[in-house]
Amino acid sequence: MNMGDATRADFPILTRIVNGYPLVYLDSAASSQKPASVIEAISGFYEQQNANVHRSIHTLGEEATERYEAARDSVRAFIGARARPEVIFTRGTTEGVNVVARAMAPTLRPGDEVLVTEMEHHSNLIPWQMICRERGARLVAVPVRDGVSLELADVERLLSERTRIAAFAHISNVLGTINPVARMTELAHDAGALVLVDGAQAVPHLALDVAALGADFYVFSGHKMLGPTGIGVLYGRRDVLERLEPAWGGSEMIKEVWIDHAQWNDLPWRFEPGTPPIAEAVGLHAAIEYLDKLGMTRVTAHEQELTALCLDALAAIPGVTVYGPRNPEMKGAVVAFNVAGLHPHDGAALLDQRGIAIRAGHHCAQPLMKRLGISGTLRASFSVYTTAADVERLASAVGALANEL
Amino acid sequence: MALYSDVIRERFRRPRFRGTLEAPDAVFEDVNPLCGDRIRVECRVADGRIADARFTGDSCAIAAAAADVLIELALGRTVEGAHALGVPDVLERLEADIRPARMKCVALPIDVLHGALDGKEVAR
Repeated sequence: MNMGDATRADFPILTRIVNGYPLVYLDSAASSQKPASVIEAISGFYEQQNANVHRSIHTLGEEATERYEAARDSVRAFIGARARPEVIFTRGTTEGVNVVARAMAPTLRPGDEVLVTEMEHHSNLIPWQMICRERGARLVAVPVRDGVSLELADVERLLSERTRIAAFAHISNVLGTINPVARMTELAHDAGALVLVDGAQAVPHLALDVAALGADFYVFSGHKMLGPTGIGVLYGRRDVLERLEPAWGGSEMIKEVWIDHAQWNDLPWRFEPGTPPIAEAVGLHAAIEYLDKLGMTRVTAHEQELTALCLDALAAIPGVTVYGPRNPEMKGAVVAFNVAGLHPHDGAALLDQRGIAIRAGHHCAQPLMKRLGISGTLRASFSVYTTAADVERLASAVGALANEL
Repeated sequence: MALYSDVIRERFRRPRFRGTLEAPDAVFEDVNPLCGDRIRVECRVADGRIADARFTGDSCAIAAAAADVLIELALGRTVEGAHALGVPDVLERLEADIRPARMKCVALPIDVLHGALDGKEVAR
């Protein structure tokens, strides 16, 4: 049995009827659905163990702390980080980028450069724009060639001794392009720059080894990988994190406090001020266990099959333009497309009338839309529970769209 | 009521007021932050009344239809009268079940018309 057919029953929401049709959920790149094991882990935690972590000298507090730190260990193993202090819990990818940008800001001097790419999600662009403006630094963008991919020659050309940090997506949330992040990291390191990789669209879909990849920072969200909202991960290389001043202060991130100064806590807690998302960490742990059981190599293969099927089915429909790489092996589990004469929001609204949930608009990547010369696209995206039947229902509905308005 | 009413379909397919004016007196355009759609409205004002108006823009069917019926409603009105036009007036004409998430598509042309009549500067 196909992975999607085998796992569907684990996701309670997939039995929903939407506008009279069984739900076809093809918006997993925006937020994935959650298996029952994740939902039960969160409610079970609240029912049996809920308390604050780290300094609670009572049974519940100790259990909560144990669960929270066990979640950290599961993330460490899942992404291939070398040590627990390298895994910092955040509220999501956006916060991860901001934590690094804020910590980097005081070290930037006028004339320094930050390298991004034209295919970045606004989350991995605006924080850099903000610190560049603040510090008189310059933002430099690697162009998207032929509306599809980045060229290593461009990366090499735009890096210089002025580049302080290079920040780029592992997988584009629109085009699905899988960027050569290991090679890009090497080039940036050769130029003396730090590297942050936005892995929001990669971690849910492929086996990751951050240590082998070599990036200094790698950020992602829990809710796109079958986990809950409100939690994400900032992986940082220990030696790099040790050199950074925390940008946000509060409890948990200190060792000892006097009225006019304080000593920072050890990693990773130094970057986790305040009460962390504890139940969310427990939920993320359950999501990782679910993905581990499936095996990320199998997940990738399953999603590539769906991507191939979707590309072929949509390309066969007159008036449909598909964006991004056409080779499913070069592509994440996302297919962006447009239907001639139809605004993406109208397309998505009409599909919703048939119970099909897909994304439409600029996908928080307006510079990429400008480069493509369009205002937006429709976007279908897949996860472990997506079936070939889902993709076929999409294609048949898209085929009928042209006549609907 | 349907999401895409006959009025929306008809106005989207065959808009009556899509286009530009020569030497307009009032011009404004703005973006829907939800989707990045841009609508531009141009007006000619004579004796304190909207003598002519047109809209342009790459937008969804709802925003385009809303702009089209809005201009029809505004023509011949005093500037104050056109300024008083709001979302309920346009919704009544569209005869559609607009969901909350798409209400901004209806409001955008109205805000742009108000901006034009107020002499607002276009952001770049």
